[in-house]
Parts: sequence; C-alpha cells; structure tokens
Amino acid sequence: MKDQYDVVVIGAGPGGSIAAKTAAKKGLSVLMIEKRQEIGDPVRCAEGVSKVWLRKHIEPDHRWICADVKGSRIFSPDGTMIEMAEEISGGEVGYVLERKLFDRALAYESAKAGADVVVKTRATGLITENGFVRGVKLMHLGEEKEVRSKLVIGADGIESKVGRWAGIDTSLKPADIETCAQFLMSGTGIDQDYCYFYLGNEMAPSGYIWVFPKGEGLANVGIGILGSKSGKKHAIDYLKEFVEQKFPDADILEIDVGAVPVSGSIERTIANGLMLVGDAARQSDPITGGGIINAMEAGRIAGEVAFEAISRNDMSTAMLETYEKRWRQTLGMEIDNSLIVKDVFIGFTDKEINSLAHSLENVNFSSMSLIDLLYALFRANKKLLWDLRVLFKNVVKHETGL
Amino acid sequence: MAIKVNKFKCGYCGACVGVCPTGALELVETWIEVDENCTSCGICARICPMGAIEVSR
Ligand code: SF4
Ligand code: SF4
Repeated sequence: MKDQYDVVVIGAGPGGSIAAKTAAKKGLSVLMIEKRQEIGDPVRCAEGVSKVWLRKHIEPDHRWICADVKGSRIFSPDGTMIEMAEEISGGEVGYVLERKLFDRALAYESAKAGADVVVKTRATGLITENGFVRGVKLMHLGEEKEVRSKLVIGADGIESKVGRWAGIDTSLKPADIETCAQFLMSGTGIDQDYCYFYLGNEMAPSGYIWVFPKGEGLANVGIGILGSKSGKKHAIDYLKEFVEQKFPDADILEIDVGAVPVSGSIERTIANGLMLVGDAARQSDPITGGGIINAMEAGRIAGEVAFEAISRNDMSTAMLETYEKRWRQTLGMEIDNSLIVKDVFIGFTDKEINSLAHSLENVNFSSMSLIDLLYALFRANKKLLWDLRVLFKNVVKHETGL
Repeated sequence: MAIKVNKFKCGYCGACVGVCPTGALELVETWIEVDENCTSCGICARICPMGAIEVSR
C-alpha cells in the first residue's frame, strides 16, 4: 500500500471491484480496500444473477457457478403456482453464484488489471480539503494510516458510511429496506432447475421467501421482509418457521444475514472528489432486491468517469455529474420502474395476491419478459393495478378502451 | 451506551449501520460498535434480521 493513489475504492464487493478494474485498466493507480479479512465472506444473502448481464462483466466460470437455472416458480399464499421460463424471469434468474468465490474472482480481476488490493483494512473517515475529498483515513491491522487520492469511490454496501462522511444522507428508513436471512440447506429435495418464490404476508410480511438451488442437493432458503414489518419477529424467526414446516428434515450448513435497500434512487451519489456505487448508492432493484449486476454497471461507469475526471484534472461535482447522469439514464430508469411496482405490491393483502395469481392461471409464459408478465397481470386486473399504468404508457397507447 | 448488541447472535451484516439515523453504529470486521450519538431510537433493534439488538431507555 502506497501513500498516494489516483483512486481509492472502499469496499471489495462486485461494484468496488469493477470500478477498481475499470480505472486500473485505463492506467490509473488504484487502491481497493476491504475491511473483512476474506473478500466475499460472510455472504450477505441471495446469489442469483442474470446470465446475459453477467457476461457483460466477466466470463462465467464453473468454479463460482453453483447452478444453472431454467426458470422460476412463484407461489401465491394459497399455493397457486406461476411458472416462468428463464428468458422471462427478469434480472434475478440465470446463474446461482457462490458469492465467496465470485467476489474474490472479481477482486482478482482488478488486481490483475493493476490495482492494489488490501484486506482487513477499514476506512474510518475521509480526508477533506476545501470542500473536496482528498483521500481516506484507514485502520490497517490495528494501525492508523492516511492515504491521499484524487478521487474516492465509496462501495461500502448497505452501511454506506463513506457517503455520510461526505455529507450525503444515505441513511435508510425501516420501510426502505428488506431485512434478510438465509440458510444454506442440504436435504431440501427441490428440483435444482428452478428458483422458487413464496409470497404471503403471514409467511413474509411485504416480502417473500426464496429457495435457490445451489447444486448437488443444496439450496439457499432465504427470506426478505420489509423493515417496517420487522420488530416483534425478525427475519430469522420467520425463516425458521418456514423451514420447520417445509423442510423439517433438512440441515442448515450456513446462516447468512443482510439487508437490501429498496428505497429507489437517492438524491445524490456524488460529492467533490467522491462517487458512490452499488448498495452504498442504494442502486439495488426494489423488487428483486438484486444488486450485483447494478453495482457492476455503476462500478464500470464510475471507473470510466474517474479516468475522464483525472485526465481533465477536475474532480468537482460539475465533472462527476457525468457519472450521476449516466447511471440514472440506464439502471436508474429500471430502478424507478421497479419502485413503482414495489410500492403497488407491498400494499396487497394475501387475498389480492391470490386473485392476481388466479388471473394468470391459463396464461403461457414461456416467451415473456418480466415486464410482459406485469402487463398480463395489468390487463387482467386493471383496477387493482391501475398505478402500474405508467409503466406501459407506450403499449397502452395502442390499446382501445383504456 | 443505550443499546446492547448480542455478539453471539449478530451475523455482522451491517443492516443496523445502514438505518441508524445518527450514524452512531460502526461494523468493525465482525462486531458492532456504538458511539455517543445514539439516541436510543430503536430503529436498529427493530430491523436487525437476527434480533441481536436490545434498546434500553
Ligand atoms: S443488523 Fe443485527 S446482525 Fe446485522 S450487524 Fe447489526 S446487530 Fe449484527
Ligand atoms: S438506537 Fe437508534 S440511534 Fe441508537 S444506534 Fe440504534 S438506530 Fe442508531
């Protein structure tokens, strides 16, 4: 670790690693720090990603792919099943990853690109001069240290303290997170070709339970509930209940916990000399909770903008605005749409979810996308889903009688 | 300090850090530290996926 870099990236998750790799590939000197002693461990829930999107960032490698999923099966509270084939399951279905190895492989990519990667090293504050972030204060193996840089990229996940140090309010309200718990289980006996989702307010208040295959008879069984519904009972309690009832004989080989921001985009993700990416920028999808691909997309944009800014020797927000604009025009749009859907769905009673599921019983989904699924739902349930109409503005124009 | 984190239950996920309105929490590798900015609002205890936090007023 040197005393000075062009860019310091805080956090070695998928967003941080892609940012570091992108910046290093452009020839910048980059330091990426991770406070945990093992990159990727402990895992913070859900490990599904879309194939198409993953390929844009890294060539899939069997060492960190546990299962190749054909489709998903969604169960409404009364047990009605909706089955979707892989092309249409949206962002989260495709591969189920071994995050420990995946995150490490991505960090390795950034190291190969020339970035310095250091673990067991925690950022404790920012160095700020004349309103500009100029580096990071660190704690490395119990010793304090200062590293100066032209830019800092905050990729510190759900905690998002880096943003707060720079004056961006990243704190989340209970209604803006899904609080999650997950067991890695053996002996569930599930069909390893599918991801399963269980909806129901008793089982998972304003959230859902997922069962993802992890290969060789293993499965991730997890739950996310809306933070505002947590309290008397916590995510882990709901998960235990489900598992006791559904897989009484299965064994728990690992427990993971975490939280996903479902707030939708926050107001600002830049400050002078600073950019935030991934969960730290609250860029996860409010419906699927998926954050891996979004973090990687944002990481790439941040790495590219870092290079531009440093080439022009301009680290001001005026310059970094390019990052803000670019991610908002792409993933930001999808996050906004998902937020609309989330806001509609979290309000539904079990009875309403059942009736939505029934309306799709005779629809064949093998050739549809998530947005098409929503549109099919919308057409059959206009009154209930009226708030979703904005999503289909272009489609709806061609329809009569609406 | 007005909150108590049960380190035997905590899964060091950082969720509590992300919701604390006053920035009083810090996840240090595998444990949570609380500073004097804690107002005992109880939000962290409510959302902790493991139910590892207790607030006393
Ligand atoms: S939310 Fe709970 S489990 Fe997660 S770090 Fe905080 S105390 Fe630990
Ligand atoms: S009780 Fe409130 S102020 Fe205190 S640590 Fe928890 S969330 Fe922060």
